[in-house]
Amino acid sequence: MKDGLKKKDWILIAVILCVAGLTVLVHTFIGGAGTNRVIVKIEGAIEGIYSLSEDREIELNGGTNLLQIKNGQASMLEADCPDQLCVHQKPVSLNHESIICLPNKVVVEVESSANREFDAVTN
Amino acid sequence: MKSRVAYFGVFTALALIFSYVETLIPFHFGVPGMKLGLANLIIVIALYKMGVREAFLLSVVRILLSGFLFGNYFSIIYSLAGAFLSLLVMAGLKRAEGFSVMGVSVGGGVFHNIGQLIVAMLVVETFSIAYYVPALLIAGLVTGLLIGIAANEMLKRLTNLKL
Repeated sequence: MKDGLKKKDWILIAVILCVAGLTVLVHTFIGGAGTNRVIVKIEGAIEGIYSLSEDREIELNGGTNLLQIKNGQASMLEADCPDQLCVHQKPVSLNHESIICLPNKVVVEVESSANREFDAVTN
Repeated sequence: MKSRVAYFGVFTALALIFSYVETLIPFHFGVPGMKLGLANLIIVIALYKMGVREAFLLSVVRILLSGFLFGNYFSIIYSLAGAFLSLLVMAGLKRAEGFSVMGVSVGGGVFHNIGQLIVAMLVVETFSIAYYVPALLIAGLVTGLLIGIAANEMLKRLTNLKL
């Protein structure tokens, strides 16, 4: 058995490193925001969890609020309350950022998947 | 033929002990599931000395035993998925020729992690764990290389062990 790494070994290692590098790039440029999700709570109860990676509009609380998810960010499009604070708030996308519409008791909170805990550990 | 069974027993015991030793070493890098994979050393040697079928059997026996002794239900499933994919790749690389023990081991290490990640995705039902892919790839590469170097040195000294 010959010692040392052979040519094909180096190719294999290079391929693995390239794939690892590529996934890092993909995560930082495209998928970065896609790892987050928003939790919609109404009067403290979780009404729905939506991924920030897919664009959509969601009616909340039976139509009092309209949440928009676009380009990995969540923003409130419409609210039937008088102050419209949540509508004028800037879009949220980072961990623990939230949009809160007090009159309708609607809370939209961003949760980063990176901070989620795992409860099983492999051996 | 008789000594083959005996050696299989010795290999199983060795792999089991390595699994145990590994639980004693604190080896955490912040990414769940990352570890050295000392037991893989025995699997690689079995692959070269005995063959794919024996290595596969050894791997399954090792995981079930160590899983029941030191782990839990989840760790068995994670490990089985990892070991299955890892052995598939190692057997393929070994048959492909042109790869050294280190290359085979690196492939095995990387795909062990990928197998576990796939199970993790199915369990948690999100693809966001793909976030861990780069870290696990590099980890599999490094540990696979270390295990490969060790296996290579051992195989050089085990030339008179004929199975």
